[in-house]
Amino acid sequence: MRMQPNSEFAGEPMAAGSAPTAIELSEASVTFGRGARAVPALSTTTLRIADGEFVALVGPSGCGKSTILRLVSGLARPTTGVVIVGGREVAARAMRVGMAFQNPTMLPWMTIEKNIMLPLKIVEPFRSQFRKLRKTEFRDKANALLEQVGLKGFGGRYPWQLSGGMLQRANLCRALIHEPRMLLLDEPFGALDQFTREELWGILQELWITHKPTVLLVTHDLREAGFLASRICVMSARPGRILDDSRVDFARPRTVAMTFEPDFVALNQKLRAFIVDARTAAREGA
Amino acid sequence: MPMSDIRQKAWSAALIVLFFVAWELFCLMTGMSDLVLPRPSQIFVTLFEKFPILWPHIIQTLLTTMIGFVLGVALGVALGAVIGVSKTAYDTCYPLLVGFSSIPKVAVVPIFVLWFGSGTVPAVLTSLSICFFPIVVNIATGLATTEPELEDVLKALGASKFDILWNVGLPRTMPFFFASLKVAVSYAFVGAVLSETVASNRGIGNVMMTASSNFNVPLVFAGLFVLAGLGVALYVLFSLIEGRVTGWATRKDNVIAT
Repeated sequence: MRMQPNSEFAGEPMAAGSAPTAIELSEASVTFGRGARAVPALSTTTLRIADGEFVALVGPSGCGKSTILRLVSGLARPTTGVVIVGGREVAARAMRVGMAFQNPTMLPWMTIEKNIMLPLKIVEPFRSQFRKLRKTEFRDKANALLEQVGLKGFGGRYPWQLSGGMLQRANLCRALIHEPRMLLLDEPFGALDQFTREELWGILQELWITHKPTVLLVTHDLREAGFLASRICVMSARPGRILDDSRVDFARPRTVAMTFEPDFVALNQKLRAFIVDARTAAREGA
Repeated sequence: MPMSDIRQKAWSAALIVLFFVAWELFCLMTGMSDLVLPRPSQIFVTLFEKFPILWPHIIQTLLTTMIGFVLGVALGVALGAVIGVSKTAYDTCYPLLVGFSSIPKVAVVPIFVLWFGSGTVPAVLTSLSICFFPIVVNIATGLATTEPELEDVLKALGASKFDILWNVGLPRTMPFFFASLKVAVSYAFVGAVLSETVASNRGIGNVMMTASSNFNVPLVFAGLFVLAGLGVALYVLFSLIEGRVTGWATRKDNVIAT
């Protein structure tokens, strides 16, 4: 008898009380190019993320953190191994994820409002209603999100009329508008000033507490990882692999003040030590 | 409009008028025969007097140009999109297109006449064949240079290739497209008039041909002025549409947000 499409998941023994797996990389590796010019980007990596987890990936630059995000979103294919998202192998066509890149990548010919509504134009079930609802319900939805991130009244502006911080807020709205069960964030706050960044952490945390999506956040900022994540994975230098995988159990909602408390600082120093070691190892190896 | 803009425009207008005044004075002072170079005043008088006769020819030329132009744009956009998206199509079509566009179109007109007879059809075809090339090149370039980051935004949402072309590729190509339209519309005129001159009994090209064989040089120049005027008018028209559609690319503050 043929197996049901998801039976390998249904049949998998699961620890009592643990949420179902949302993202799974098993023995996945990525190499760019071929032959003598091949550049390994990601060593064989196995990573399992449960539904509703908030995972931060930290590590030295160029270590393959973004490659993991691209694998999960379907923008890149593993050279070896398998990537399973939401119980299905990631194929050429990606699935319903919300993604925010380091650059806000707003389409310059569209107003902010239209940029934010873009996922609704592409993703079902919104897609089939887009023509009917774009001037009413969808527009209200976009403006509600804009208000939530402090951009009320900026929907009619063009991207170049907004500052970098404002664009990054809009970028977050675009990643959220289609109510994805999974958020992939590639250093979304990297280019922002400290205070804007901390404010957006708060907004993101609030969103996560209310909707509990699975979040995979790539970041350089250890405080950011500690503030937001429920689990932090530290990666080695290129070709990346996961060096450390630890839970972060600070109470929520977390505050910026908490990031200066001894427990938090200790966590930061532990993570920092891993990355410093990884960088040294990479330099000596090279 | 700020004062400096108005002054700038006034200067440009004055210089254009000055050009014609200088031409007029040059002819008067050198006693130039109007068989060689008629004075602008003569040309404008001829244009005015002969206008009822010229009118149907103007319509004819404008019509063939516009049909050729519209078909050329359609062909250009389709070919440009294919070439811009597919590497194979790029490698196959580009050499062919460059080859074809290097052929002087005056050499092609007799072939069109052979196939379709003289008159409107060869004029339309010549105009089409001369004006589609800049459109192909610009559409293809626009698509090929689209930032992968912009495409990734849609790819991550599971968008199809067509979705990406429609929502990112084509809008991003619009500034290139309009730049090429302005070039293409003057090319279309050249094509239509060229064909009318060689093989037609209607159109401005034919009027100029007949006038020059009758040594009616002021009428020949009147024909030239008509062509120049039509060319400028169409150029301005497309510039206006361009400003509306692709204001985002030039970051105009008066772009209408809807």
